[in-house]
Amino acid sequence: MTALNLKLLRDLWNMRGQALAIAAVIAGGVATLVMALSTYDSLLGTRDLFYRDYRFAQVFASLKRAPDGLAARLAEIPGVERLETRVVAVVKLEVEGFTDPVTGVLASLPNTGQPLLNTLHLKRGRWLTPYSGDEVIVSDTFADAHGLHPGDRIHAVINGKRKALTLVGVALSPEYVYQIAPGAMFPDFKRYGVLWMGRHALAAAYDMDGAFNSVSLTLAPGANERAVIDRLDGLLARYGGIGAYGRKDQFSNRFLSEELKQLQTTATVFPSIFLGVAAFLLNVVVTRLIATQREQIAILKAFGYRPLAIGWHYLKLVMAVALIGVAGGVALGAWFGHGLAGVYMELYRFPYLDYVLRPGVIAIALAVTGFAAVSGTLLAVGRAMRLPPAEGMRPETPVAYRATLLERLGLQRLLSQPSRMILRHIERRPLKSMLTVFGIACAGGLMMVGNYQRGAIDFMVDVQFRQAAREDLAVTFIEPTSSRALHELAQLPGVRHVEGFRDVSANLRFGQYHYRAALYGIEPEGRLHRSLDSALRPVAVPPDGVVLTDHLANNILRVKPGDLLTVEVLEGNRRVVQVPVLGITKQYLGVSAYLRRDSLNTLLREGDVVTGAYLAHAPEAATALYAKLHERPRVLGMVAHAAAIRSFYDTLGEFVLFFNMVATLLAATIAFGVVYNSARIALSERGRELASLRVLGFTHGEIAYILLGELAVLTLAAIPLGFLVGAGLCGILVVVFESDLYRLPLVLEPYNFALAATVVAVSAVVSGLLVWYRLGRLDLVGVLKTRE
Amino acid sequence: MADTATVFRARGLTKVYRMGEVEVHALRGIDLEFRAGELVVLLGPSGSGKSTLLNILGGLDTPTAGEVFYLERNLSAADEEALTLFRRDHVGFVFQFYNLIPSLTARENVAAVTEISRAPMRPEEALALVGLGERLDHFPAQLSGGEQQRVAIARAIAKNPAVLLCDEPTGALDSATGVIVLEALEKVNRELGTLTVLITHNAGIADMADRVIRLSDGHIVEERRNAVKRAARELSW
Repeated sequence: MTALNLKLLRDLWNMRGQALAIAAVIAGGVATLVMALSTYDSLLGTRDLFYRDYRFAQVFASLKRAPDGLAARLAEIPGVERLETRVVAVVKLEVEGFTDPVTGVLASLPNTGQPLLNTLHLKRGRWLTPYSGDEVIVSDTFADAHGLHPGDRIHAVINGKRKALTLVGVALSPEYVYQIAPGAMFPDFKRYGVLWMGRHALAAAYDMDGAFNSVSLTLAPGANERAVIDRLDGLLARYGGIGAYGRKDQFSNRFLSEELKQLQTTATVFPSIFLGVAAFLLNVVVTRLIATQREQIAILKAFGYRPLAIGWHYLKLVMAVALIGVAGGVALGAWFGHGLAGVYMELYRFPYLDYVLRPGVIAIALAVTGFAAVSGTLLAVGRAMRLPPAEGMRPETPVAYRATLLERLGLQRLLSQPSRMILRHIERRPLKSMLTVFGIACAGGLMMVGNYQRGAIDFMVDVQFRQAAREDLAVTFIEPTSSRALHELAQLPGVRHVEGFRDVSANLRFGQYHYRAALYGIEPEGRLHRSLDSALRPVAVPPDGVVLTDHLANNILRVKPGDLLTVEVLEGNRRVVQVPVLGITKQYLGVSAYLRRDSLNTLLREGDVVTGAYLAHAPEAATALYAKLHERPRVLGMVAHAAAIRSFYDTLGEFVLFFNMVATLLAATIAFGVVYNSARIALSERGRELASLRVLGFTHGEIAYILLGELAVLTLAAIPLGFLVGAGLCGILVVVFESDLYRLPLVLEPYNFALAATVVAVSAVVSGLLVWYRLGRLDLVGVLKTRE
Repeated sequence: MADTATVFRARGLTKVYRMGEVEVHALRGIDLEFRAGELVVLLGPSGSGKSTLLNILGGLDTPTAGEVFYLERNLSAADEEALTLFRRDHVGFVFQFYNLIPSLTARENVAAVTEISRAPMRPEEALALVGLGERLDHFPAQLSGGEQQRVAIARAIAKNPAVLLCDEPTGALDSATGVIVLEALEKVNRELGTLTVLITHNAGIADMADRVIRLSDGHIVEERRNAVKRAARELSW
């Protein structure tokens, strides 16, 4: 090893505390990068394999009922590769010992053999016997939630008829990777299940003999999806088709895509912050190192080392620190990634999740870190390269201090001598002080980002379930029903209030923009289901027009109140009408269009008709009420909110804990890295000055005050700035993560701020203590003897 | 003198520094020559321009006006890269504060220079020459001032330079230790025949020189040849 490389290693060892603190910050950035990218890779790879191996369809369509003979004509649509028809039924399920309402989807499997598309991955048990009458395969989430095993029996109410089913297998489907009931806020594996049954038996139970109500297909290579969908819609229109859609609009796939998008954002935003801070720290430390080594640089140049050799020497040091950071970050990132993949596997059901860490991800981490580290230190290294050797031999001229603003204002009487030293030092290099403050602020900001989701979700739940949809139970009917049904519901024991609703699928168009949404006809002055204005106050829906969810109006259709919206109803008589937009309603979950129910009834040219009802009931009456409703053949499904929210928080708890742990770890790393490095640099710059003061009779505490007081001032300034940074970052994430599925509100609770301030303050105190300890070991005589 | 080839030749050497708003005239038109194998002492008080002269001779600095030649090469017209190579191949420096690299041992400090030299001696050899053959693996902090300065001398001569430039090599040392350092320089000059230029403000040291040049305020005010060269060990101050 050359002497210069030896010097590098020993320099590195001598500054190991600082080097490690910086490496830790780099590791934080690399860890988030590796975690997000590797999990992204793993999810994407697993998804693609699963979709391919289990022949996930590319286009889906639902309709009311079409004869089997139509299938052959559909398959002839140019661009269709494979097409399969199915019977799909929404049913009520009964699981022994579970009294809450359970909604299920029963999808048909071919009478013999495997389906052409959307095949199942059998986890346990066996396939259906050909033409079996009562055998079902159950989704693994539902089986696990209820502890069901092959051989167990459950009941389903199909088309009003109760049928006993025997569970023979537990399976996963590419169609239901993310299982969430349509319109639900979050998955509820206990109250929503997917089951598969033989076509023959299901058709018989659902009055679909010789008919189908669901189509899925794959496209031939090069086929135009839009064209196929249009042809399909054309052929299915007279059979009650409600509009075909591609994979990107398939519900489960949509959620998965959103998740992947968020991982990409995570892979960009967080590492940028960390590596930015790391670049700043490296700059500060290397600048200082080069300042203390200017004589060494000069002597090396005097003996004939070229400027490039000097520059390369210091860059190697920087890269060594970066490499340590990358190595630690990759290990940490792989660990986080494993953890995150595990959390995802709870929500996204794949047959397997191969966690892969591609070499490419490590290469990206190396490249990004290398770039940040080198660009952060290039200025300082350049100074070392340009340093004229003769000048390097001379001691540095004393730095120029000046009276601070406070003193220039004539307020110096307020400050003790040590306090003046603190302020002058801060003011002497305002940029460095500001960057230090900003670096610490980033730590606080990150901490807030790691914790804000909890508050946002609480807020969302509150708005959705305590202000907008305040019903205890939503009941849907098998088909449009006279509003007299509402009176019957109101008579049931324990029911306090009933409001009917009419919903219908429709295509909404405005200019070039269109969106398929549910059109809800609700009671104008409803007490249970209400529309909220931008300030979240309930407002009555005005007659003869629609009120749109803010996201739908502003970001998807780009309409404003007063505009005329084209509504293409996708059911019944399939009317196409122009409806004025009368208002915008605030909604965080999903997007919908609201009308008054009587207006919607008029628009559909029907009588006083409802498709469901919102109920408020006495809590103790719940179980008996569920049983009564379950018995009613016209009741298709029930969603009870309270139970769903509870189960959601159970699932969420794990997520929140994981992200809190990661965020705290990372934020503390940054705060510690910045504060510790600032303290050590200050100590190195001012060791002589402080030792002189000690010799003059200052106590350990007094000189610590001068050094640590500066850091305390900077940390205190950083905390409120950190709040701003945190709020800004959360705001960015809220916008980036916005989708028609959900929008997180920007809600920051006092505990978000408190937690951020605490982590920053504790990290600062810990690094302060380390420096305090070093101050105690200041070599008074030695320091004074050396030449600065 | 056995060999009287001219190593350095300077004509009208002038150096003006700008220090903030003040102009400092460090050298005001100096003419001189140094010959191979000579031991020359430059005397003068602080600010007399002797360090500036040494820096220009060693290629660490360039004159504002005038010319300086090393053999046939015009140093005043050389660029940064040429000066770097000149220092690398021909010049050894010794400074008042030793300027060792604290994170390297004695041997490694010398190696840092021999690694980039064309025909160096081994670091051990150079250290033996200055009487430090036993302290090869000590770090600067484990060596006395005199020992550190001898490591610096070993580092300077290990490349077999044509010229050894010493800026107050005993300035930070007590008299007894200083003599040991001077003995090392004397030995190098005698045994290797290296042109040695030594700056001091200590007139007592001048007696070991072949030639003494006295500077004051940027001018040469006296130049004399010692009729009798005294051995370093006979000196004291």
